[in-house]
Amino acid sequence: MILEARNVSFSYQKSGKKIIDDFSIQVESGERVGIAAPSGVGKTTLCQLLAGYQTPDGGSVLLDGAPLPKKGVCPVQMIWQHPEKMVNPRLRLGTTLSEGDRVEQRVIDGLGIEKDWYNRFPMELSGGELQRFCIARALGGSTKFIIADEISTMLDLITQSQIWEFLLREVQARNLGLLVVTHSDPLMERVATRVVRLE
Amino acid sequence: METKKTILDISDLSISFVQYDRGLQQIDLPVITNLNVKVGEGEIVAVVGSSGSGKSLLAHAILGLLPENANVVGRMEFAGELLTPARILQVRGKEIALVPQSVNYLDPLMKVGPQVRNGSKKPEKIRRQKSLFQKYDLSRETEELFPFELSGGMARRVLLSAAQMHKSRLLIADEPTPGLHLAMAKRAMRDFRAFADEGNGVLLITHDIELALEVADRITVFYAGTTVEEALVTDFSSEKLLRHPYTKALWNALPQNGFRGIEGLQPYVKDMPKGCPFGPRCSNRTDACEGEIPLRQVRGGAVRCILTEEKKEA
Repeated sequence: MILEARNVSFSYQKSGKKIIDDFSIQVESGERVGIAAPSGVGKTTLCQLLAGYQTPDGGSVLLDGAPLPKKGVCPVQMIWQHPEKMVNPRLRLGTTLSEGDRVEQRVIDGLGIEKDWYNRFPMELSGGELQRFCIARALGGSTKFIIADEISTMLDLITQSQIWEFLLREVQARNLGLLVVTHSDPLMERVATRVVRLE
Repeated sequence: METKKTILDISDLSISFVQYDRGLQQIDLPVITNLNVKVGEGEIVAVVGSSGSGKSLLAHAILGLLPENANVVGRMEFAGELLTPARILQVRGKEIALVPQSVNYLDPLMKVGPQVRNGSKKPEKIRRQKSLFQKYDLSRETEELFPFELSGGMARRVLLSAAQMHKSRLLIADEPTPGLHLAMAKRAMRDFRAFADEGNGVLLITHDIELALEVADRITVFYAGTTVEEALVTDFSSEKLLRHPYTKALWNALPQNGFRGIEGLQPYVKDMPKGCPFGPRCSNRTDACEGEIPLRQVRGGAVRCILTEEKKEA
């Protein structure tokens, strides 16, 4: 499958400056594309466009030539930079995890999620622990593309390397496409097969 | 060696949470046990450790931000005075500044410019805020934005500015750099260094060892809610100078040292192994490791491991 953004542009205010202007990118299944840019340039916005959280003002986001499905589970899943903002503070994490589409036990174990955390509320877990739930939730059964927006900056290096090792294995085994945003050059070098630089 | 005054002295801190287990049955979940940290004048002490090892809880304990079901035991001293809940209310936000870990700490309903000034319209506050924003490459228009309009990195820089508005004695920076590109992260570190050099203290909580090594004077390593090692920055120049096997594992996970992670996970508080918490992942484990492991002074630092040799290894 191919996920592509074709000449997309986007701005937050109607008359404001275009944060993304006539940008195109293509990611194929099994490909791992990195995006590098300084902070505030629009990396997260681009991720949101590709995952269908925002609609571009111009251009189009296409999955195999068709627009992203409006109903059902989106095959493009995004993992966000701030896990504490992406989980419902009033739900126990077991419920949050069930928001994912048929998440396999193998994935949950591979990410080191403890059974005991299921009954906790988000404020009772650390940022790194929450992020594991967010990653598991995104790796549901119908996921075809993963968009990882700075997903590991809240983790220590050992956990970081474990999580990435798991994610890369998973992406390869299921032939998923992966789009990675990170500020860390060593990580980018290890994870991405191709890097796109934004201005 | 000149005697420096201690700004922050934490000894034998333990934190536990009361939780409901089944029905009305309550359990006490210990998350931090026997933790020691000391910050002297003009010093940057970095606290590094695995995710979920209790780094942020330490910051929250110092500032009295823990939720109500937390029990805190131990001794905390700030500038020679015992840090009681009443004292915390007096000093936090004034003498102790915090760079919080989560960008959720910004008030969502207040524009960030006035928010950083705490609503003040005094000319000197406005000047200070403007110069901080300029230093962190936040444009003039940013002042008029609400937090939801900021990118992750911009929000981080707003938090950094807010923490430096006051003349404080101690800065607690809880993961101040995620989302920042390297140049900006380094600039923030230089500012911390300058702040410390004026005779203040910085407690830098981070997992980014590389950045910590650049500015910090001492490094305290946490694992599973306890201090496993206190080391000098120079000890990180070679694996041999480090004392605890977990610190060595962290060292090996640095990109320039091979990016090698070790197997296994940090033990969960409910199934903590006997004795050394790192035992199950340690390659040199012996039966004696299941006993009591005291924090002992070794080669100018401290370590909570019974196997570290006293002598310098050749």
